[in-house]
Amino acid sequence: MTADENGHPNLTELGYDERSPVAVDEHGHGHEVELPEDPFADPGLEPHRPRATDIDEKVAQKAERQVAALFALSALATIGFMVAYTEVPRTAVVNFFPIGAVSASNFALGMLLGIALFSLGAGAVYWARTLMTDVELTQERHLLESGSEAKAQAVAEFEKGVADSGIKRRPLIRRTLLGALAVLPLPALWVLRDLGPLPGDSLRHTAWKAGELIINDNTVSIDGSTGQGVKPEDITIGTLVQGRPKAALTAGDQYNDLMAKSAILLVRLDPADIKSQQQRDWGYQGIVAFSKICTHVGCPVALYEQQTHHMLCPCHQSTFDLSDGGKVIFGPAARSLPQLPITVDADGYLVAKSDFDQPVGPSFWERG
Amino acid sequence: MTATTPHAAGFGDGTAPSTPAGKAADYLDQRLGIAGAAKKNLRKIFPDHWSFMLGEIALYSFIVLLLSGVFLTLFFTPSMNEVTYNGSYTPLDGIKMSEAYASTVNISFDVRGGLLMRQIHHWAALVFVMAITVHMLRIFFTGAFRKPRELNWLIGFGLFVMALLEGFAGYSLPDDLLSGTGLRIAEGVVLSIPIIGTYVSFFLFGGEFPGHDLVPRLFTIHILLVPGLILALITVHLILVFYQKHTQWAGPGRTNENVVGLPLLPVYIAKAGGFFFLVFGIISLLAGLVSINPIWTYGPYVPNEMTAGSQPDWYIGFLEGSLRMMPNVEFNFIGHTLSLNVLIPALIVPGILFTGLAVYPFIEAWVTGDRREHHILDRPRNVPTRTGIGVAGCTFYGVLWVVGGNDLIATHFHLSLESITWAGRVVVFVGPAFAFWITRRICYGLQRADREKVLHGREAGVIVRSPEGEFSEVHAPISDGDRYRLTAHDVHRPLSIAQAADANGIPAPRLRRAKLRARFTRWYFGTRVEKPSTEEYRESITSGHH
Repeated sequence: MTADENGHPNLTELGYDERSPVAVDEHGHGHEVELPEDPFADPGLEPHRPRATDIDEKVAQKAERQVAALFALSALATIGFMVAYTEVPRTAVVNFFPIGAVSASNFALGMLLGIALFSLGAGAVYWARTLMTDVELTQERHLLESGSEAKAQAVAEFEKGVADSGIKRRPLIRRTLLGALAVLPLPALWVLRDLGPLPGDSLRHTAWKAGELIINDNTVSIDGSTGQGVKPEDITIGTLVQGRPKAALTAGDQYNDLMAKSAILLVRLDPADIKSQQQRDWGYQGIVAFSKICTHVGCPVALYEQQTHHMLCPCHQSTFDLSDGGKVIFGPAARSLPQLPITVDADGYLVAKSDFDQPVGPSFWERG
Repeated sequence: MTATTPHAAGFGDGTAPSTPAGKAADYLDQRLGIAGAAKKNLRKIFPDHWSFMLGEIALYSFIVLLLSGVFLTLFFTPSMNEVTYNGSYTPLDGIKMSEAYASTVNISFDVRGGLLMRQIHHWAALVFVMAITVHMLRIFFTGAFRKPRELNWLIGFGLFVMALLEGFAGYSLPDDLLSGTGLRIAEGVVLSIPIIGTYVSFFLFGGEFPGHDLVPRLFTIHILLVPGLILALITVHLILVFYQKHTQWAGPGRTNENVVGLPLLPVYIAKAGGFFFLVFGIISLLAGLVSINPIWTYGPYVPNEMTAGSQPDWYIGFLEGSLRMMPNVEFNFIGHTLSLNVLIPALIVPGILFTGLAVYPFIEAWVTGDRREHHILDRPRNVPTRTGIGVAGCTFYGVLWVVGGNDLIATHFHLSLESITWAGRVVVFVGPAFAFWITRRICYGLQRADREKVLHGREAGVIVRSPEGEFSEVHAPISDGDRYRLTAHDVHRPLSIAQAADANGIPAPRLRRAKLRARFTRWYFGTRVEKPSTEEYRESITSGHH
């Protein structure tokens, strides 16, 4: 900022130029100057300000070299990508801060492809911004709307066509045509009928039945074909055991369908903590079995707080009180977790007394 | 007809082109007759602004999706048949899984470049939906959806919905634990639909959940049906942008009747073409550096397992939050169950939100009675009610989205999950109302600041002291161009009842409608900041003392 001998700032630097309607005199007051007719009129396109590359050929040549360097880098990285594809072993791992261990092949391929593409793009954009024209041009816009005459003609043509067809004069044809067109899409829905079977009462049953052995999930072999039952003494107070019916071991490719309804969890509670007699009766020495499928939208509930007997669903945080009949105490689920009645068989293993007394999992219209 | 020249190669007038470009153009024009179109469009002018790139990002990430997606289909097996894994990722050795999951693990570990392609595909999908969303917000807040572009807004809206479906379908294909759980939630949502829900679910899954049909069905939807529709809609979307010409910001020389910018050839060919490679390059770098959706750590889908803290892709998060936040309302009556706790948050709330988004241009046009063509963008501050509505909508969506991570917020910030959920239930209503109010206030404030700037110039930051000892700040006048830019907008006024009836072209009988409309316009435009008049401007200048 420069100032004149009186210490006043140089107002030209602040934007007060000859065109400015205001001048500030030595008292700091403005005095009248000539004013434009319409101060808010469009002043028209601002004059083009040349870039360094427009006026200095040396700068332009430097930009040219920079663009060429970016394109060359792109080509090198492309070749590097192909080399890395064959040369970097699939299993190699590289460690680097702050990302940690990553697949060397993925890292190399991603970097090289990224560099090849990015520098190609950067070169093109830089070229456009430095060496191609930046003189703004104006093109007229025309009203999209056609003139009223053209519109009237179009409507007249249309009406002529409609009149030629006679569709207005012959309502019988019109109505039967509309009727035929209205029903024609229905087969498109009709033929979708075999997409799946009807629900029937399949959502009301699970694989549990009287005497069905409860298999401890933790004992199931990796192929899912063998597993062991649970004895009451295996479950201490506070432990959570996840279980499945014995039928799951032989379900083959129906396994997921079966587990989607039949997965259960077992906990042992102090019988005194159990709030209802029915829940006690359906359990065995304080061991109670509940459906693992959330009554909200079907996620497996899994987070157990052993002190409070609360069971939380990790998806939407519905919380069930296992000491109170699986009642909902928080969250969006509206119904208690269904309890599976259990007992022990002759060998002392926990088995189901029956199927669930109600459908498990999310609600559905016919559930009632 | 006299026998003049036989119609030899050439421009019909006998002059044969000599340059290679001329020869090529001649060849094409003789077969396609495109010289007229090329002449008009090769140097077509496009206006420049950073916010006009957002739609481009969406377009380019879609191209990246097509390219990487084709690669993935060469190796992916869309089947839910059970196989035993014995590939090179040993932690999964011997585990039974679907072919879909096994082939995805194989792509990640046994196909060279496969993991990169998966990660490019997934990152590009996230960028795609994000770019569409932000592009749509840009269109909304600048009023670019106004006549004549309402139909293109609807096409864009269709693309947005399609992108969400496409993303969810693709996310579900690997049949891993996380995506399978997402499908389980989708099943629960479908089941909540009154009357037909159970049937729709059985037809969708080919029986009970999860069945064996869904992955192959989703595959066809994901690689053929939806991308085909997206491609077709993008084509129409772009043709309309081209045909209707791009909107531009107000500024010196820029009017509603022209387009000011740079020519397609060469500037936008280079810039847009280059930008495609920049987008592709950045997605590749991300895919090389940042692991995404490592399905091998989740394991194959089984209905009885789930890990805490699981999150869907970002664009599904608002549905997740909506589901989490909803109180547990369910009704049982005459043998039927109506699960409002699922139906409302998963279908009705997004239904209302999306319908509102789709029809907004038509509502605003009806309220304002504005039937002019608009090619100059609104600055969001100059239409405070629209901007307020937009910010309120974003706030609503944002609250749902944040509550979708309530478990992570609870564990990271040591807060109670219950209180976060309850706070969400309150804020989801209060937040948008407050956001609307404060946004409008801010808009009015910014408009007043603009007005000040026009009348009194910008603050120069220089304090002068008069001989009388008075201090004042020097205001520097703004340029003619800036003065025009700040006053180019319309200040809308509410319609009187008579005008409201008139603007519809319908006289008195529809009085109630007109009253409603007049009330709406009062709400829209009741509070205004007037532009400075010529007199005010002169007054401010001649009084001199700022």
